[in-house]
Order: sequence, then structure tokens, then C-alpha cells
Amino acid sequence: MRTLSSWGRLSALPHQVVGLADPGQVADIIGVQKPGVAFGNGRSYGDVCLNPNGVLWHTAGLDHFIQFDAHTGRLVCGAGALLRDIQRVMVPQGWILPVTPGTQLITVGGAIANDVHGKNHHVLGSFGDHVQRIRLIRTDGQMIECGPQQQAGWFAATVGGMGLTGVIVEAEIQLRKIAGPWLETETLPYENLDDFFKLADDSEAGWEHTVSWIDCLSNKGRGLFMRANPTDIGTRPEPKGRKLTMPLVPPVSLVNPLSLKPFNTLYYNLKKSQTGSTISHYEGFSYPLDNILEWNRMYGPKGFFQYQSVIPREVGLAAVQATLGEIAKSGQGSFLAVLKTFGDRQPVGMMSFPQPGVTLALDFPNNGAKTLKLFERMDAIVREAGGRIYPAKDARMPRELFEQGYPRLNDFLTFRDPGISSGLSRRLMGS
Amino acid sequence: MQNKQKIVIIGATSAMAEQCARLWVQGGKAVELVLVGRNAGRIEPIASDLRVRSPQSDIQVLESEFLQAAAIQATADSIAAAGPVDVVLIAHGSLPEQADCQNDLAACHGALVVNGVSPVLFAEAFAQHMSKAGNGTLVLIGSVAGDRGRKSNYVYGSAKGLVTRYAQGLQHRFAGTGVKVVLVKPGPTDTPMTAHLKSGGAKLADVADVAQQIVDAVGRGQAVAYVPGKWRVIMMVIRHLPTFVFNKLNI
Repeated sequence: MRTLSSWGRLSALPHQVVGLADPGQVADIIGVQKPGVAFGNGRSYGDVCLNPNGVLWHTAGLDHFIQFDAHTGRLVCGAGALLRDIQRVMVPQGWILPVTPGTQLITVGGAIANDVHGKNHHVLGSFGDHVQRIRLIRTDGQMIECGPQQQAGWFAATVGGMGLTGVIVEAEIQLRKIAGPWLETETLPYENLDDFFKLADDSEAGWEHTVSWIDCLSNKGRGLFMRANPTDIGTRPEPKGRKLTMPLVPPVSLVNPLSLKPFNTLYYNLKKSQTGSTISHYEGFSYPLDNILEWNRMYGPKGFFQYQSVIPREVGLAAVQATLGEIAKSGQGSFLAVLKTFGDRQPVGMMSFPQPGVTLALDFPNNGAKTLKLFERMDAIVREAGGRIYPAKDARMPRELFEQGYPRLNDFLTFRDPGISSGLSRRLMGS
Repeated sequence: MQNKQKIVIIGATSAMAEQCARLWVQGGKAVELVLVGRNAGRIEPIASDLRVRSPQSDIQVLESEFLQAAAIQATADSIAAAGPVDVVLIAHGSLPEQADCQNDLAACHGALVVNGVSPVLFAEAFAQHMSKAGNGTLVLIGSVAGDRGRKSNYVYGSAKGLVTRYAQGLQHRFAGTGVKVVLVKPGPTDTPMTAHLKSGGAKLADVADVAQQIVDAVGRGQAVAYVPGKWRVIMMVIRHLPTFVFNKLNI
């Protein structure tokens, strides 16, 4: 047994970790060592990738590239391959993953199971939109090949299916042709949420990536809007991959009411004076925190929550406003706060998180009951607005809110593998 | 085609060797890689992976017997016949249970041959060709376990000790020539070979980091490379502990 935490470091409980390395042996292993759940790189925040006191099937060994067709841009790889490794191998060959989240230190299996999204959702949807085929192995030994055109039910259940329909061992992904690794980027400050929505709407047609940092302690909702497009500017020296590591877990969270307000004010005003357009490398723009290893330690020994919700557009402004009001009142929060609009498109997966609207993602140092109380008030806003919470980030949402947010849940449950169970599945689905 | 670096990996399914291969093909470099193992079917996924990583490289798979001198000679000869070899990494091995080796002489014999005799025979076979060419780098994977016999794994340790002493002799033989001999001594590393150690709570080095240090050491032609480097200090202490102290340690 090994103690293991997910990215939020909210718990450190024993797990029996079983490595999967040979695709040919997966069925034998998961058929015997169960119930369990697949664990990739442990970057989900809550308990979707954990199975306390139970089995975890570690997929890091399933990291082989299997085939790449340089004409069509189709890549076949093992589920344990990291998005970073795909990018570093493929970008020099002129291809890129169409959709990646804010870190590339996640596995392909995790990207599918959580149907992750990125800053270009309004143009390219979520990760599952680009998956052509999934090879799934169930704990009863059955192997299922599914895709948008074959076994479409299994595909819709597995994309965003939180790893509960079987173990994803292999996937075929449609990559996207690019001219180079560079992006033309612009940063624009906004004073309030009205301005944010105006900027988001204006940018949707002409900009592929849009995202914003929001000062979660500002009542009006000021922030910095960033947008970017791929650009062909030939070759230029690539930035050196300088890596920093958070060397230890500080005794208290470095993010606290004393540090947060001055930091946010400073950051906002500093960036406000440096706005304008520049050329950025895709890694720096898309994954700014990947160069600070173990940054999650900064929240101290009690760990942190991330709260990410999506709210339908019609009520988006009012709901975000109300949420910011609650946060400002509580004085909790973090400078890692992101506000972004999703495109008007339906996701591939039955349980996929993205839906048309606006999404707000916020980190909160774990201050126990005080933090959970704040979440209850935020839940009430999400509930009333008809929104939902992202399971990949969640460690505490009420079951009733999960059921309300994911209306296809009952359909999904028929695809579950009875030999798979996670902390999250027991918490939100009863088994 | 002529100026591609030619690298041969013996024991290509070893996790350490595979990570080294990934580093050797990365960054758009074109190399010629020959992956040698006992079972071609197990090497193929590794070869396919490397082909995706480096379409411009030439990746071959070769099956070989690992224990018979004549078969080892034939494998080395056939590879050398196709053109001069720049680097040979001899990476195969298996970590036996010390108790098995004590209770079963056949297991003991097997562990000594696969971890000691076989790598030395491969090295000797390639040394003949590199000696003729006057050029090349021979890389042997020893182990910190080969530095001093310990009750917990002296059979494995003595096989690695053989590799150590052999590499030393080979370095002497090729001193002042274009042939370099690199002896790598990894500490406990996170690979399938050590999976049982990890469940026991041992802290193991990341195999990708270890591979990076091996590739760097090979590039420099470093005679002895402890990876990670801290093991040079740790083993210096262990080697110099007086027997009356050492015998009290449960290691």
C-alpha cells in the first residue's frame, strides 16, 4: 500500500498501486485486482482518480506511441502518454493537439475520461471532439473499440466518463496542422463583468484562444483578458525550459487573506500597464504553471479545493457577479482564478462538463468548515442558475447538485463497469 | 544515410534502455538504432514508438540469444558487418531475490550469468570490432550493488562487481585510443525490475532522469557515472566502512 494524493492534496490515503505496462496483460490484471480505477498522472484535483484503501491501476507504463500518419495527422498512442510528450514530439513535425487544458502534464486517458477543455473551446470544442477511436478494456475481459461512428454509445459514455466504463488503454487522436509553435497574443484589462462579456463576444470570431484572469476579490469583477491566434513567423529561438520547484510544503498556506489582496492589486496594475500584443511560445501561453513543479504545495499541508462551474449564458453575468460577491465577503480565494466563455456547442460525452455558457474556476486554500460553507453558498447560485460543477476538479459537491447538473446520468450508469469504483463514484453515484 | 550515428542497445526492453533510446532520437536527430532483445515481439512496440518520435531515424529490431557465447558473437558480428558502430549500450539484467539464490543454485547461476557473464561477453564481442575500427563507445550498466557485497543482494552485487572489474580492465586496454568505455552505476531506479521494492516503500529515482544522466555521461565519455550522482558519495562511505561497523548494519 502507498499513500497517494491527487493534485489538491486534500487527502493522503493508502492505495494498492498496480502498474499497467503491457496492453496485452491489462485484461488479466484488472480482472483480478479489482475493484479499482485507472490513475494517470494524478492531476485531477479531487477524488475522481483516487480509490482510498483500494486498487489503482497506474497507466504510466502505457505510454507508447503506436502509429502516426503524417498525411492525415492521426496519432495512435497508449493511454498513459503525457500530452507534453505528444506536443514535444509532434510540434516539430508540424502537428499539435487541437485541445489541451491549462497543464500538459496529464495523460491521454485522463484527458478523455474528463473530456478536458482549453482556451479554444469556442472554436474546437473539448478533447473528445478530436478522439477518433478508443480501446477500452472492461474488468470482465471484454475489449471494446469505440468512436464517433462505431459503438457510439460506448464512446459517448467513455468520453467524460471519469474512467468508470472500463480502462482506456489506447486512443486515436486527430492532430491539427500548424505552421510553428508561436502564438500572437494580446492582453486587455477589463474593469467589470460587462466589459469582460463584451471582450469575450468581440473576440470569439477572430481569436482562437480566449481566457481571462479575474481578481476574485474585486466586487465588480476586474481582470485581464487574454486572446491568441497561431501565427506563422518562421523560426526563432525557443525559450529555455527553466524549471522551478516548490521545494517544500509551507506550514501554512502562502495564499491567505494577508497575501491575496495586495498580490491581486499589484498583479492587476502591473499587467494593466503592460498590455498590448506580443508573440508567445505555445507552452508559455497555454501552460504557464507547468514550469513550477509541485506548485500545489504552496497551499500548505491542508491542501486546496478548486471550484469550477459553468453557468448558462443568459444568467451568466448575474451568477458570476453573485459568486464574486460571496467570495469577496468571505475573504477566501486565490490569485488562480479564471473566467472564460464556452462556445455554443454540445459536448461529445454524456457526462462531459463543458456546455454553452460561462465558466469560472477558482482555487481555495482548504480552511475546513469555513471554506465548505462558502461552497454551499456558491452551490446555491449554480443550482439556481441551472449550471453544473466539473467533477475532475471536485472533492465535495452535493450528490443532488451533481444529479441536477448531469441530466444524462441514468443513461450513463448503464455503461458503468461494475469492477470499477473511485472515491468520486462512491460519493456521487453510491458505488 | 552515411553520417547517421549508429547506436546498438542490448536488452532494449529494459526501462532504462528504452528511456535512453527516446533521448537519443529526440530533437529531430536522425540516428540508426539497432534494438536487440530475446523476444522481437516485445521490442516491436518500443520500436514503433521510436519511429513515431523520429520518422527520420532508422530503427531495427534484432532477436538474439543472450546466454550462449557463440550466439552473442554472431549477433555482434552481424551488426558490425552492416557498418561501424558508434555506441553500444548493454543494458539487460534482472534483479533476483537474494533468498532464491541462496536456496536454489540454479537461480543463483542464472542470476550470475544474466547480470554478469552475458553483459561481459556482449561487451567483449563488440570490443573486438571497435578495436579494429579504432572508434566507438561501449556503455555497460553496472550497479551501486557491485561496489560492496551486502547480505541483502550479494549474488546480484557480485555479478555487477564482475561487470565493474571488467569495465576497468577494458578502460585500461583502450586508454589512449578512440574507444571509450563508460560504466554506469545506477542506484535503485523506478522500473518494472524494482516494482516490488516500491510497494515496500523504497524511494526510487525517476527512470527518465536516470536515462538523461546516462545519455549525458555517454556524450562525455565519462569513465564511471553514478546516477543519480549522490550515489558516488553514499557508496564511497559504504565502501570505506570498517568491517566491524559494516557487519552490524542491516543492509
